[in-house]
Amino acid sequence: MELKQFASDVRKTALKLVFEKKASHIGGAFSMVELLTVLYNKILLVNPSNPCNENRDRFLLSKGHACSSLYATLALRGFFTMEELYTYTENGSYFTSHINHKVPGIELSTGSLGHALPVACGLALAAKKKNQTWQTYVMVSDGELNEGSNWESILFAPQHKLDNLTLIVDYNKIQSMGTVAEVMELHPLADKFRAFRWEVFEINGHNLDEIETAFNAVKLIKDKPSVIIANTIKGKGVDFMEEKLLWHYKSPSKEQLEEALRQVAEEN
Amino acid sequence: MRTAFINQLIVEARQNKDIFLVVGDLGFSVVEPFIDEFPDRFLNAGVAEQNMTGIAAGLAMEGYNVFTYSIGNFPTMRTYEQIRYDVCYHNLSVKIVSVGGGYAYGPLGTSHHATEDFGIMRVLPNMIVSAPSDPHEAKAITTLFCNHQGPGYIRLGKAGEPNLHQQDVSLSLGQALYIKEGQGNLYIGTGSILKDVITHVNANDPSAGIASFPFIKPLDQDFIADAVRKYTNWISIEEHQSNCGFGSAVLESLNDLYNNQTIPNIPKLKRIAIPDKFIGYAGTQEFLRKEAGLIL
Ligand SMILES: [Mg+2]
Repeated sequence: MELKQFASDVRKTALKLVFEKKASHIGGAFSMVELLTVLYNKILLVNPSNPCNENRDRFLLSKGHACSSLYATLALRGFFTMEELYTYTENGSYFTSHINHKVPGIELSTGSLGHALPVACGLALAAKKKNQTWQTYVMVSDGELNEGSNWESILFAPQHKLDNLTLIVDYNKIQSMGTVAEVMELHPLADKFRAFRWEVFEINGHNLDEIETAFNAVKLIKDKPSVIIANTIKGKGVDFMEEKLLWHYKSPSKEQLEEALRQVAEEN
Repeated sequence: MRTAFINQLIVEARQNKDIFLVVGDLGFSVVEPFIDEFPDRFLNAGVAEQNMTGIAAGLAMEGYNVFTYSIGNFPTMRTYEQIRYDVCYHNLSVKIVSVGGGYAYGPLGTSHHATEDFGIMRVLPNMIVSAPSDPHEAKAITTLFCNHQGPGYIRLGKAGEPNLHQQDVSLSLGQALYIKEGQGNLYIGTGSILKDVITHVNANDPSAGIASFPFIKPLDQDFIADAVRKYTNWISIEEHQSNCGFGSAVLESLNDLYNNQTIPNIPKLKRIAIPDKFIGYAGTQEFLRKEAGLIL
């Protein structure tokens, strides 16, 4: 399937899901859609019918609140059915609105921020110890880089030359209560990572070619971890959601859903 | 006690290639023999306990049985949410080793008094909580933990605790055991303070029974139910806050056993524990125990 179409389908699926279940966080779910699209179609060695295969690449979503687009991605890739997906947030469903490892294809439950990168360091270290070639990828939000635990890991990974670890920052520049600049400025983020001895890639996180090129370039980096700083737009793809803090919280109305679906289809 | 731990960990690691030791930049002059023998299964994660526990979870996801080792409150409180969510919710084989339980590092100050660990650990689903009373129990628990899939916590003393058991003990998970049987009073304790019980009973109450509870969770229900029939007066002792501690756990069990009609009555239980306070001055372990009212 064409990647652009896949990304569009992810957005449509996630939109309907958060509308149907009156859920939040569509803004942060949309900023990472292209990143997920490239990862799950071009980069990650994963098998939907054998999600625990020992040699799979590991992808950890640290910004677990934004999981509607990841669940949608996995459903579209066949890890589970759309029917299962639509149990999202219902009584007894493992599809909690902060991501849950009881769902096929999900490596780690998150939702409390700053947890996945330390675990990813452990995974990458284990792969090194066992001479295994699979890769570990972890996606964090910009807001969660406020968490000290991340910076413990950012110190650790270069110390142990974890070149099998790739960090992706979904840099949409908005966090829970305001812009990143207002709350806890990260700029100059690339310089911070370079100072911590990481290889840094800065890309447009909505450009499918740029994303794929960056992930392929990462594979050539030896003896240090890589970070892809993906400049993104919160709520990308729907004009009234883009760069609006409100869509960290709000669930679309029926009219907003129709309009958003129309825009997503049109963009594609 | 910590020597018994590390020696047994080395013995186990020789036959179990999944054993992995992670320290938080602590363990000088304790862990070196392990590093020398298993350099590939040792990591100093630096002074960064959240990352240390997350890494341990990651290693455990890939099949290692990981022991995180640090002093007092650092491997527990400092990284509590990683323990709850990364380790316990995912039910991973991470064993947390805290050295210097209770007031073992008394002169170092309140930062190093580990007196709330039972409470915060025993409330976590999937977590096994242990506090050996002597090097024999420390050795037995280390062996158990090396063969147990899932989370665990072990509170160690420091170095030089006397042996309370005459010889090696073999323990099953959650098992309590008599130091000596008797009648009338039953003294129950956990951790190295059990030594004070033995001293007291020998001098003042020679007919009493003494039981060691190396595990606060799971708590040995069969042992408790059986002891209810034999002893009418119970005295519990622990080097921990009285809230959410070992004595509280025993009371909860007694209540539940009575409520489900496993036992006919609830014995009188005098709890000796720290009365909801910090101690802000220096002192030896023995001195601070007295200051906290941990006196029989
Ligand atoms: Mg953000």
